[in-house]
Amino acid sequence: MAAFGTGAGRPLGRGGSAGFRFTLYALLSVVIMYLDQRQHYLEQLRYVLQAAAYPIQLAVNSPPAAWRWLRESLQTREVLQAENARLRAVQRDLELRSMRYEALARENGELRGLAAALPPVAERWLPAEIVSIQLSSLRQRLLIDRGAVNGVFKGQAVLDDKGLIGQTTHVGPWSAEVILITDPEHAVPVRIERTGLRTIAVGNADTTSLALPYLPANADIKGGDLLVTSGLGGVFPEGYPVARVTEVHRDAVQPLAQVRAAPLAHIDTDSELLLVWFRADHPAAPAAGAGSEPKSGNAAMQPQAVKPRAAAPHPAVAPPLATPPPAAPPATPSPRSAPPEAPTAEAAPQQGEP
Amino acid sequence: MLLAALVALILTALPLPPWLDILRPAFLVLMVLYWSVNAPRTGGLGLGFLAGLTLDVFQGPVLGEHALALVLVSYLAVREHQRIRSKPSFQQALFVFAALLIYEFVLFAIDGWSGHPVTSLQRWGHTVTGALVWPPAAAILAYGAGRRA
Repeated sequence: MAAFGTGAGRPLGRGGSAGFRFTLYALLSVVIMYLDQRQHYLEQLRYVLQAAAYPIQLAVNSPPAAWRWLRESLQTREVLQAENARLRAVQRDLELRSMRYEALARENGELRGLAAALPPVAERWLPAEIVSIQLSSLRQRLLIDRGAVNGVFKGQAVLDDKGLIGQTTHVGPWSAEVILITDPEHAVPVRIERTGLRTIAVGNADTTSLALPYLPANADIKGGDLLVTSGLGGVFPEGYPVARVTEVHRDAVQPLAQVRAAPLAHIDTDSELLLVWFRADHPAAPAAGAGSEPKSGNAAMQPQAVKPRAAAPHPAVAPPLATPPPAAPPATPSPRSAPPEAPTAEAAPQQGEP
Repeated sequence: MLLAALVALILTALPLPPWLDILRPAFLVLMVLYWSVNAPRTGGLGLGFLAGLTLDVFQGPVLGEHALALVLVSYLAVREHQRIRSKPSFQQALFVFAALLIYEFVLFAIDGWSGHPVTSLQRWGHTVTGALVWPPAAAILAYGAGRRA
């Protein structure tokens, strides 16, 4: 490759040809950008490109993965035994708790006047491994090793064993990109578990904190409050733990309280997470209904035009400055209330075939 | 060239601790700049476009974003390649610094227009390290190219 300039045998004027080619490529990039951003024509192209990129990503991932494997297989007997004992204790606790859970679920069903207790809202789940590569240092994204062939769809909820992690944004055949709840472009509709107050948790560009920017200064919230998903927004079902409030700052001159919360999921240390499919007909299911063209993406938080169809049935509600009225018992999905959620997910129809 | 591109891509995607990650030079951009300066006919714009598209798949919120920025930067490099090539590596590094600033600014602008703004100062960190890394990186690439010829 040392052949400077001799490799190309084109007798074209250098300046002119470079300028022409620059215009060509620049136009092409702009057209691609336009199509991708405004028209969402390029989902298929992205799908193919993502498939093509996956081997490289796996190759990059292989040294860390090999290192992990080596470390795990060289662990001593004592370490393994200790871990085994710990896991057994955890399992015992969980079983104890789930015993109680079944009783509670039945009781809840009776209270609601339902004949039988409802099945759990999560229909099935699939563990996925994080491909440890750096997607972009400026954004909070992950790559996981499950894709469309596993039935993963765009806008799917991703959890770990402690809480919510995020949702899928781009799905390739064998891989998917996950936007974390801590990405500044991501917002989760949440409910304060203690009071039932609903608000929105926005990412803060670092893996250890979320911001709750839309709470009035007199809102009933304090450190240690648990935030759970409110079920609005059509992506996450109701009642999954998201974060714990760490810091409430009330300023007399500010109309809004400044609230920080720490995500419960171990976002920066996880190596495995769960993709969850939810029952669409369950009361706790995501409000928009999983199958039928959910409006993911919120016009108010996206400067670009959202497809008219996506926002048609209800004008997208701006992030409420005051608290939303505590209407409707938390568990009933309030249909089509288009809350601000997942500003990243482009308003494209979900091609979900779980 | 392909090998160098692959290595650069791997270096771009390699997981690093966050504090180091801010300082990670944009290896793929440096690689494109090197070939634009030293082999403007074969490298240059086409390579820049393809590399940019790859970067878009890896980390872009919008397809075509990195492609546009890289095509612009490599066009500048191709146009000025004779002048740059004859300079000592310190002055080359200054040019690279300017090119990286332009590159990052294009990304910054497109991020803003497309509704994915990232306004932290961290995004500019790599321009400095990129310029610092340029002399050794160029030397390595030149060595590799010399051996293959």
